[in-house]
Amino acid sequence: MHLTNREMVALVHGLLIGGPFLLAFAGGLVALSGLRAEYLTTEGIRDRVRQLRLGTTAMAAMGWAIVFTGTWVLLPWYREDSPDSPRSVLLSDSSTRQWHEFADVWKTHVAFMAPILATTAAALVLYYGKALARDRGLRNLVLGLFLGAFAIASVAALLGSLIARAAPLR
Amino acid sequence: MTQHVTYESTALAPPAAVDTTEETAAEIARPSGPAAAVVLAAGLASFTLGLLSVLTAVSPSISSALTLSDRVGDLSGVTTATVAVYVASWGALAVWWRRSDPPLMRIAGVAAALIALGLLGTFPPFFNAL
Repeated sequence: MHLTNREMVALVHGLLIGGPFLLAFAGGLVALSGLRAEYLTTEGIRDRVRQLRLGTTAMAAMGWAIVFTGTWVLLPWYREDSPDSPRSVLLSDSSTRQWHEFADVWKTHVAFMAPILATTAAALVLYYGKALARDRGLRNLVLGLFLGAFAIASVAALLGSLIARAAPLR
Repeated sequence: MTQHVTYESTALAPPAAVDTTEETAAEIARPSGPAAAVVLAAGLASFTLGLLSVLTAVSPSISSALTLSDRVGDLSGVTTATVAVYVASWGALAVWWRRSDPPLMRIAGVAAALIALGLLGTFPPFFNAL
């Protein structure tokens, strides 16, 4: 069993950072949707807000790490001008062209919205803190941003894993 | 035997219907300007991403101008410009609105529309049809 350098970087990008990033959304959504003054004690709100501040900031940082490694490290390998690069392999066959022309192109572009939305959600959590527990409108705004980041990251992750299956990076 | 239950125990403490700590009061009283700034910046950055994706698809000269790295292609310039717009507009709007109270939900609506347009712009069947 052997993993090349490129496969290792792809694993770090997709699994070691991307996996926890997607999993953390579930925790963030539960924490945010349950952050209600009528459900929690004062101490509970304080704890929940502290966790949310840490969690959303870490998720925003992970989001940027994923898109920067994807764009500046993995993409040059993917689009190398050689017959065995994943892009060349996909484009060489009409049955796989769409994996590049639709899936990869969309994924690499739209993925940048995920850290932007996650950072915006984290900034609102940092700024408003405990006030989120009593303002449903603010909470829903943060939830909307959070869900948007999750949806985009999920689409990008799904397309990325399907592209890697069609033409692995070696 | 009498059992004394005190609300010191967090498990039995009543819900905090009103938290009167100074910290929370300060958080509630914060102006919406800095929050509106980051929300609108997210919309502007998403729209920039979509717009530049369309422009690079339809114009070889714009694609070439945005190719900051040959190894990455025009995505290098598209994403660098997007991040620059996000950071710069966030900073500028935060300074401009630092003490004001713009309508946050209305600005969030505008940002949502810009994000939707940005999503559309990054969708290959859309820009390939232009």
